[in-house]
Amino acid sequence: MTYLDHAATTPTLPEVAQALAAALGELGNASSLHASGRRARRTAEESRERFAAALGARPSEIVFTAGGTESDNLAVKGLYWGRRAQDPRRRRVLASAVEHHAVLDTATWLVAHEDAEVTWLEVDSTGTVHPETLRDALADRADEVALISVMWANNEMGTIQPVPALAALGHEYGVPFHTDAVQTVGQLPVDFADSGVDAMTVTGHKFGGPPGIGALLLARDAPCTPLLHGGGQERGVHSGTLNVPSIVGLAVAAEVAVRDQPARADLLRTLRDDLVDRLCREVPDAVLNGHPVHRLPGNAHFSFPGCEGDSLLMLLDARGIECSTGSACSAGVARASHVLLAMGAAEERARGSLRFSLGHTSTSADVDALVGAIGPVVERARLASLAALPR
Amino acid sequence: MKILAAMSGGVDSAVAAAEAVAAGHDVTGVHLALSRAPASLRTGARGCCTAEDARDAGRSADVIGIPFYVWDLAERFATDVIDDFVEEYAAGRTPNPCLRCNERIKFSAVLDRALALGFDAVVTGHHARLTDGVLRRSVDPDKDQSYVLAVLTADQLAHAMFPLGRYTKTEVRARAAARGLAVADKPDSHDVCFIADGDTAAFLRGRIGADPGPIVDESGDVLGDHDGAYAYTVGQRRGLGIGRPAADGRPRYVLDISPVTKTVTVGPGESLDVDHVSAIRPVWTGGVSPAGRFDAVAQLRAHGGIAPCTAEVIGAELHVRLHEPVRGVARGQAVVLYDGDRVVGSATIDATGRAAVRR
Repeated sequence: MTYLDHAATTPTLPEVAQALAAALGELGNASSLHASGRRARRTAEESRERFAAALGARPSEIVFTAGGTESDNLAVKGLYWGRRAQDPRRRRVLASAVEHHAVLDTATWLVAHEDAEVTWLEVDSTGTVHPETLRDALADRADEVALISVMWANNEMGTIQPVPALAALGHEYGVPFHTDAVQTVGQLPVDFADSGVDAMTVTGHKFGGPPGIGALLLARDAPCTPLLHGGGQERGVHSGTLNVPSIVGLAVAAEVAVRDQPARADLLRTLRDDLVDRLCREVPDAVLNGHPVHRLPGNAHFSFPGCEGDSLLMLLDARGIECSTGSACSAGVARASHVLLAMGAAEERARGSLRFSLGHTSTSADVDALVGAIGPVVERARLASLAALPR
Repeated sequence: MKILAAMSGGVDSAVAAAEAVAAGHDVTGVHLALSRAPASLRTGARGCCTAEDARDAGRSADVIGIPFYVWDLAERFATDVIDDFVEEYAAGRTPNPCLRCNERIKFSAVLDRALALGFDAVVTGHHARLTDGVLRRSVDPDKDQSYVLAVLTADQLAHAMFPLGRYTKTEVRARAAARGLAVADKPDSHDVCFIADGDTAAFLRGRIGADPGPIVDESGDVLGDHDGAYAYTVGQRRGLGIGRPAADGRPRYVLDISPVTKTVTVGPGESLDVDHVSAIRPVWTGGVSPAGRFDAVAQLRAHGGIAPCTAEVIGAELHVRLHEPVRGVARGQAVVLYDGDRVVGSATIDATGRAAVRR
């Protein structure tokens, strides 16, 4: 099996599985007052400290959640409501047009149900949000902006945004800045304090951690209205009994991912560049999407003219090669990527694209397998597209 | 063989896929997403288009142990089936969308794509038997679907598999249960899958708009008016909206729909009796048009409307003389000719001759 879908999820690190299994054997609710509770709390808080240190944050800035979607919802809705409560004029949300649906649909929901107004920040043909674009959007009624949300690196194209520059602009206008950094941990250096952002979404299973655990890194002064009410855990922003075993696993994964990141990134970049070069030789008209340089080291995203992405995926899957068409809705229907459309690609090009994403278990054998299969697969997928044309 | 199984999420297509696996084929399942905006959950008996149906299909594929994908055919379905459905009604005819879907989606768009992708055939859960290019009725007369498959050409049939024709529906459900398929007791779907509430007249009104005209009797006397002739089907009795009863007190039926004059003609039941049908675009299951006159059994709608007949191909048209009159034959429906339980061919009804008029 050739797994080229690390951006969807990564194999759990062995040391994470071990730590998780050990922690599952321990009794205790971290909110209980007795000895078992204290032990659980100590385990959770030690993990919080390790996790925070790995990502350049303070322990008090960590809000554990169930993952990326929950963190994005908490950041966008929570900051919107928190800022609007401070000043009712703040109803504008500025978000990039290439966000993950967890931000995209949350912002759209706020428009439909909470009287919000959203400005989609345009991207260029590489998928990059330019600081001037954000400045223009802020120059118009900055005092009505509730928050800005721009992802650190795109989950489909891998394009890296100039987050520190964008966050600095937000601060210049006094607007909190959220970034969905789900794809970055283990691939890029991530430092919450240095980045200058006010809120950052991360999730464990994208860097070798357990699924179902993530965090919102949240500056202490960021006004965030809770979405979940109850026992008041996690600064009162995210009530619920702490998931101690998963928090332990998350901290171990973050430490390993951050420790290995520089060497890992070099290796992934080498493998990815080899993949891109050789694939383009096999399929000369394949188009590499996204930024040529400022992209995740493990990401390669192509459009294959004349092909449907789902035909390509199915044909590769039958040959044991696993990748992604980039975005899938809940019914499993492949839709044209909103990211590519926002980058100005035609609908047809957006439909005929595939994402190959490398991670901590990738080897040159994976690249060899793909390069060996892609030529005939593309040829067959082209025939299938022609066959499916209406008569 | 490499087989593509079209899986709706219902019990029939799940068992058909499982039968293909049991027969030793290399099977891949696909669910055809036919709706542009699928609902999350199924409501009532109109299945096959919701996300829940896609999930049921995927779950069945998991249990059977085959790869599974969703193919988005919403655009093709919208043009080839839904638009066609509306146009046919607007032209005063009564289309059969399931037949059209088989002809243009399942055994055209899907089959063509499957063949190009390296598959040898498409398997579906239709209740019909197919061996060596001979299409026959299912052993279960209540569930037989050969009528909506008769439109397929010999070429299309050469790449089709219908493993369920030798089982009754009860047997199909038992086979599903024996394989641990959760859809074993899922209710059958009925009616038109893309009209969620089953109100065809309202659906057509939404698409075509109001198009009023008169309702007349056979002598041309105006009995009332209507909002759109498309809301009527030949043979329809209920909901005619004419207040005043017939002079003789007998029920009245829709006899004819004329889209040009927007006239709906109503009359007594016996005026619906048809003994001659001419039909266009014939398709011969064996690939060869029969020469001369031949005797057969005609079926004139999806359920019922069966009579012995003598048929003859004249030019591009099929002429069918029914040996006994059949009531409620609508233009746009298919006439399918059978020799015993074997399908001979199919054509689209273009004109009908009334026994009562002739006599």
